[in-house]
Amino acid sequence: MNLIEIKGVTHAYKTKAGPFPVLKNLNISIPEGSFCAVVGPSGCGKSTLTRLIAGLMFPDQGEVWLHGERVTSARKTVGMAFQNPVLLEWRTILQNVMLPLEIVAPMMPRRQKEERARELLAMVGLEGFEGQRPSQLSGGMRQRASLCRALVHKPDVIILDEPFGALDAFTREDLWQTMHEMRAKEPFTALLITHDLRESVYLGDQVVVLSGRPATTQYVMEIPGGGPRPLEILYEPESVERLAILRHQIQIAQGREAA
Amino acid sequence: MNWQKIVVPIAAVVVLMLAWEWLVWFNDWPNYKMASPSDLWPAFVRFQDLFWLYGWQTLWRTVAGLAVAVVFGTFLGMVMGLSKVMNEALYPLLVGFNAIPKATVVPVVALMFVGQHDFNTILIAFLISFFPIAVSVSIGLSTLEPEYRDILRSLGASRFTVFWKIALPKTLPEFFGALKVAVTLAFIGTNLVEIITPHGRGLGHLFQSAQTNSDFPLMFAVLIALAALGIFLYYIVVALEKIFAGWAERPAH
Ligand SMILES: Nc1ncnc2c1ncn2[C@@H]1O[C@H](COP(=O)(O)OP(=O)(O)O)[C@@H](O)[C@H]1O
Ligand SMILES: [Mg+2]
Repeated sequence: MNLIEIKGVTHAYKTKAGPFPVLKNLNISIPEGSFCAVVGPSGCGKSTLTRLIAGLMFPDQGEVWLHGERVTSARKTVGMAFQNPVLLEWRTILQNVMLPLEIVAPMMPRRQKEERARELLAMVGLEGFEGQRPSQLSGGMRQRASLCRALVHKPDVIILDEPFGALDAFTREDLWQTMHEMRAKEPFTALLITHDLRESVYLGDQVVVLSGRPATTQYVMEIPGGGPRPLEILYEPESVERLAILRHQIQIAQGREAA
Repeated sequence: MNWQKIVVPIAAVVVLMLAWEWLVWFNDWPNYKMASPSDLWPAFVRFQDLFWLYGWQTLWRTVAGLAVAVVFGTFLGMVMGLSKVMNEALYPLLVGFNAIPKATVVPVVALMFVGQHDFNTILIAFLISFFPIAVSVSIGLSTLEPEYRDILRSLGASRFTVFWKIALPKTLPEFFGALKVAVTLAFIGTNLVEIITPHGRGLGHLFQSAQTNSDFPLMFAVLIALAALGIFLYYIVVALEKIFAGWAERPAH
């Protein structure tokens, strides 16, 4: 069964100048436990898509299904991370990671919340930094903490909107590997928005290319294998070929935007 | 390290007093031109009871006005920060109101509520000081990055939870910045009323009567007392800021 099902979603923002179409007949299916990477020209509607899945907004037409239920309100079963890690400076790293539990499971004993947060922080290599403030950490470490926060309440799906976009190349590759390690230890379904084709091929089980605005599903690539993989895989002929195809698709998508 | 924070300011005050004393002595200024610190002490001692009584009046009125300003200003800031329409509607009104010199409002208020001295004083202290609070809270709330809100909203958190857990604490540093300005303004407001309508008493009245009696050392003594009260109030706000928004201070490297 598909965990996320996006069926013929069309959406326009209402602006003073009239409706502003952003998504048009968009279709995406993400099986449970699978990692879907979404690429597309900037401004095509990718973040809008994440907000529709999270139930922060509802489409004009079409349906969003999550875990066999139609999304008609915000769900407790998603986790989100953005390019900006948006950690709260008045909380320690540990308290930041615990935040979703305070909303989703207010009755859970504090000890249990703490244990869960510590477990995740250890998984991403932030053991020993639990008591630090966000500003004391590097950008990469903050993003790691933000990923922990997205996962702490064991959501059905985590929605990642360009979480690695602002990091330097080496830190970014480190985090890709962390992503794979986390999936191996604690499987989750993910939708990742990215600008980086290499990232999409390295992390995704499926790469969806969106057309220019209004975005529609332009191309879907399945990437067999799954599970953790070495970074070198990106230099193998299959990956190089995939990257070439995706680059070509992006160019088409950008052409459409210009038209 | 800590003793330095106490000793240095005290030393600075002593140096200032000595310089002042010397200046008056050197120029041989008479008391009606410039009283010297050595004249102030007798004035304090002679009117000790009045200083305590009126000082207390001035203090509690200022604090009461400030408290109303905090409640009202925060509320107004919330309304303006959370609703774009309300912001557009209220902002020009607020700016216009703030532009009116409060000295002109004092007689109006005194006429409207004749004899209600406490009420009038608190009202002016409040009117003069809520503006920076309202503006800072509204800016703090309206500049909240949407991602902060989305993190919690996607978990089904209510608007109130988002406000309580994120928007409010995030606004605290700006709030305290504004409160530091507001505390000084409220103090000015209180004294304005006490001087213009002296029947209400307070340190402003003591100043007024010293002036009437050409008691120059007393006038200066009142000024010093006002300065001391102002410093006291200001540092209370600083202490509260340390407690509630100390996290905003980045540690020095
Ligand atoms: N609340 C909104 N009201 C009006 N237009 C919006 C709103 N949010 C986004 N847009 C516009 O919709 C388009 C798609 O936005 P977004 O989904 O953020 O794009 P992406 O994440 O792909 O860069 C952009 O052109 C953006 O300016
Ligand atoms: Mg975006």
